[in-house]
Amino acid sequence: MVTIRRRDVIFSSIMIIFIWQFAAWLINRPILPSPILVFFVLWRDSINGDLPRHFLISFWRVIAGTLISILTAAPLGLVLGQSKRLNRFFMPIIYLAYPIPKVVFVPIILLFFGIGDTAKIFIIFLILFFQVLVLVRDQAANIRPELIHSVKSLGAGRRALFKYVYLPASLPAILTALRQSVGTAIAVLYIAELFATTEGLGYYIYYSGSTLLDYPAMYAGVIAMSFLGLGMYYSVDRLEKWLCPWQYTA
Amino acid sequence: MINIESLTFGYKSAPIFEDFSWSVQNGDAWAVLGPSGCGKSTLLALIASLVFPTSGNIRINGERLTRPRPQTGLILQDYGLLPWATVRKNIEVGLELRKFYGADGIHAPKDLSTFGSASSWLNRMGLSSLEDKYPAQLSGGQRQRTAIARTLLLNPDLLLMDEPFSSLDAPTRESLQQLTLEFKEEQVLTLILVTHSIEEAAFLGRKILLLNNPPNTKAVIFDNSMAGAKGYRESDEYQRLCKELRSLL
Repeated sequence: MVTIRRRDVIFSSIMIIFIWQFAAWLINRPILPSPILVFFVLWRDSINGDLPRHFLISFWRVIAGTLISILTAAPLGLVLGQSKRLNRFFMPIIYLAYPIPKVVFVPIILLFFGIGDTAKIFIIFLILFFQVLVLVRDQAANIRPELIHSVKSLGAGRRALFKYVYLPASLPAILTALRQSVGTAIAVLYIAELFATTEGLGYYIYYSGSTLLDYPAMYAGVIAMSFLGLGMYYSVDRLEKWLCPWQYTA
Repeated sequence: MINIESLTFGYKSAPIFEDFSWSVQNGDAWAVLGPSGCGKSTLLALIASLVFPTSGNIRINGERLTRPRPQTGLILQDYGLLPWATVRKNIEVGLELRKFYGADGIHAPKDLSTFGSASSWLNRMGLSSLEDKYPAQLSGGQRQRTAIARTLLLNPDLLLMDEPFSSLDAPTRESLQQLTLEFKEEQVLTLILVTHSIEEAAFLGRKILLLNNPPNTKAVIFDNSMAGAKGYRESDEYQRLCKELRSLL
């Protein structure tokens, strides 16, 4: 299990900024402004401009989509992992739906849910849902029968098995699914925010770059988006250390 | 205490038990001995109500088994501990489960009696300094001590052990075998221990049930009333019994 260390983050950030600065010198065009200018714009728009509002709206959409997907997919994955019969019935459906790039549904979802937040949250939910579902199901299905038998012999019925065995056993799977999906979720958030909205980082990036031709602002939006991703990775790491300490001992 | 009457049981293929009858008296110490695949673990699973007979009956204290009995303790060879719980939490999980259901007589016995406390068992098993460790950080012997503590804390009247010491090194195995005998005396348990080791069966089982290639139709029983006595392992009787058992396996 690799966790992100602060020192490494700082080091790689410095590397990226150096390469960026060098490339900006080399290309010497407005489409690649120097990082100094971009960070200045980032700072300026964060203090006086709209950037924080866009950031918070994107943040809310990702978090809401993530939470809803965990709250629906994790219990379903637990049930499917426990019951061979239900699993046999549902898995073909899930395997049909799983590999479809959910992004293709963006226009349809917009038609269904309209132009508000619901559509954006739903798209993120849709992507994470299958990741969490499949990982949690596998985890629940792979719990050793010896463990189940032992806990049953101590008096556990179905409800207690859920609480004392299946739930803690699937926590790492939920967090793994999250870690794997954060990148995708944010990429899809960008696409979802291209359509029918005037809020969110996706909109901010697209609008600054394509309409205003304000490239420093566009890059500032990209950096804000990467902060969003980094923040989520970091939170998942922290959550994992806090919720699954046994994974860090052996 | 346990009455098995014309039990038939099998997985998809051939039956493992066919019209098999066997009975266990209160306070007995049984070793169930046989080669792998003979059905000895299955017999234990049947008594623990983890699987149910195709036909025939298993009664404990006159009651027909329909679900795991809260006064029956089960200890398996490995993987019985919760990997995400510390040693102390693992020992307490039985108590937690009792709290979860209350004294319903189904998941937990009506009287909820315990034998000692989690702390006293941690002490007794030499696990006090390890109470915050996770199972993955323990040796095999320490894990098995944790499992034993967890089970005996609930004060069972019947203890089922499935190859409990097979993955341990010889000195650890012998000390845990000795410990098992002590507990058996102390808590007035009925013990059924499944093993493939002739020596273990002969040392722990005052009675030995020999199973062979399925289907098992008749209980082959040996009396071994000296089992557990001091110095028994060195005696001629012990050697003779081991030899006899070996010739039958």
